[in-house]
Amino acid sequence: MLLQGKAHKFGNDVNTDYIISGKYKFKTLDMQELAKHVMEDLDPDFYRKINAGDFIVAGRNFGCGSSREQAPLAIKHARISAVLAKSFARIFYRNAINTGLPVVECDTDQIDPGDELVVDLSTGVITNKTKGLTIAAKPLPPVMIKILNDGGLVAHFRKYGGFNFD
Amino acid sequence: MGQTIIEKILSSHSGQEVYANDIVVARVDFIMGQDGTSPLAIRAFEEMGGSKVFDPDRVALVIDHSAPSPNEGVSALHQLMRRFAREKGIHLYDIGEGVCHQVVPESGRVGPGTLVIGADSHTCTYGALNAFSTGVGSTDLAGALISGQMWFKVPETFKFVCHGTLPRGVYAKDLILYLIGDVTADGATYMAAEYTGEAIAGLSMDGRFTIANMAIEMGAKAGLMEADEKTFAWLARFTRRQFIPVSPDPDARYARIKEYDVSNLEPQVARPHRVDNVCPVAEVAGTPIQQAVIGTCTNGRLEDLRIAAQILAGKRIHRDVRLIVAPASKRIYLQAMQEGIIQTLVESGAAVVTPGCGPCVGTHNGVPSDGENVISTANRNFKGRMGNSKAFIYLASPATVAASALTGRITDPREFLG
Repeated sequence: MLLQGKAHKFGNDVNTDYIISGKYKFKTLDMQELAKHVMEDLDPDFYRKINAGDFIVAGRNFGCGSSREQAPLAIKHARISAVLAKSFARIFYRNAINTGLPVVECDTDQIDPGDELVVDLSTGVITNKTKGLTIAAKPLPPVMIKILNDGGLVAHFRKYGGFNFD
Repeated sequence: MGQTIIEKILSSHSGQEVYANDIVVARVDFIMGQDGTSPLAIRAFEEMGGSKVFDPDRVALVIDHSAPSPNEGVSALHQLMRRFAREKGIHLYDIGEGVCHQVVPESGRVGPGTLVIGADSHTCTYGALNAFSTGVGSTDLAGALISGQMWFKVPETFKFVCHGTLPRGVYAKDLILYLIGDVTADGATYMAAEYTGEAIAGLSMDGRFTIANMAIEMGAKAGLMEADEKTFAWLARFTRRQFIPVSPDPDARYARIKEYDVSNLEPQVARPHRVDNVCPVAEVAGTPIQQAVIGTCTNGRLEDLRIAAQILAGKRIHRDVRLIVAPASKRIYLQAMQEGIIQTLVESGAAVVTPGCGPCVGTHNGVPSDGENVISTANRNFKGRMGNSKAFIYLASPATVAASALTGRITDPREFLG
């Protein structure tokens, strides 16, 4: 699958409270409503700057903190096509795959804010069109590729009635 | 080949001998969801085509994060949980029962060798009981509710060996803040943190829960300890179930081992806005504070309330400070009442709120104003964590928080301990 868009860049340790603050997530299951507040404490105008398909690009330990699945869902509903980071926190990483948000572990130092990127999820190759270079992503474990290809864990369960990794 | 604690637990629950980096589907012994995560899990459960829960006796839902409800949006989500629990025959801990990470261990359902998942990142707390427990999201929770299983990548283990005895005025909270400051917020990402050594053995169970609780703040999947007579004495208060303790093999493989001597450790403080921005209390002593919080799944236990009461007894908190106290469970609340702790705290000026997550997560019960400094016994000081991104949160032990509430400034608690 080819994803294409512009990079919005953040630093290290972007935690789940920054992604979607606890004060919103308890109120509603309407993810479209939550999406309007995505990254609000880091950049109050962030939601308005997003064009469909854009990427969040960050440093180390993206998604640290809470187990709230509202975090990847708010990003997805804000029409971000994938998150690229040097590393991810464990629960966020699982939650993203389970809810069908692609997460890509790679060297993000070679991406600047506003760079135009093409991400090929099947090969794990990221093309930075602005800089004219390619970056290789760390591959996902096979179980996660399977869940992502099935469309997330809900779709995986609907298809198989349970876990099926054979 | 020797195995770590987590490799042994994942082996016994997957029916095969597994080692770090293997991927397994394992059966879970207990599942927990709270009110911030269960509503999405219920939705995912229904979307997955779930009709019944694999074993209602092995599931608990806890309303603790916004309890009692502050608005109708939350009330609707609570109603959804109550209805789901009733329909599926699941035990629901309603408002006032306490924080999930206190009421689940008090249920006697988790203990040595068990495998527990909870839709809350601090589910790693039960590692203090020699369980492998870990935080998951709502969709993983839904999958487990249906199947009684979850898939795991077996983590490598980071062993923390803590020698010595904690000095007077220095507590488990200071030790875990120090360790997180040392290895940083992603220093143990994906790993299981195994805590050992005489400093850990010397801690009470309340102290051990505090250490295991914050394993996630260094990125770890779990924070595990061996079981000993203290573990079994604690469990005997709540259950007659027999658990089989799990110890690491002498030749178990560790990804990292770090040794510490805690004998000269000082009270520690995590400064805004990072949990690993840790320093000795002396470096920030004198910083004015406007709100102090004692409670949360990290430090709302009886020992914590006792320490605070010891410092506050017969004194009044500073006139510029609000002190909020949230006992971790109803059981703890009642015990603290019987011991006169609650009276001491209230007389000193504390506002005691419903057992639960209180102000920690920023939904209600003590949102700070712009520019205010808060000192809290919680486990996170992220910007905006308590509901206001213009406030500043410092994390410390109950003793440091109590001493600071008295003076209105961040204060070394040893000044108030005889």
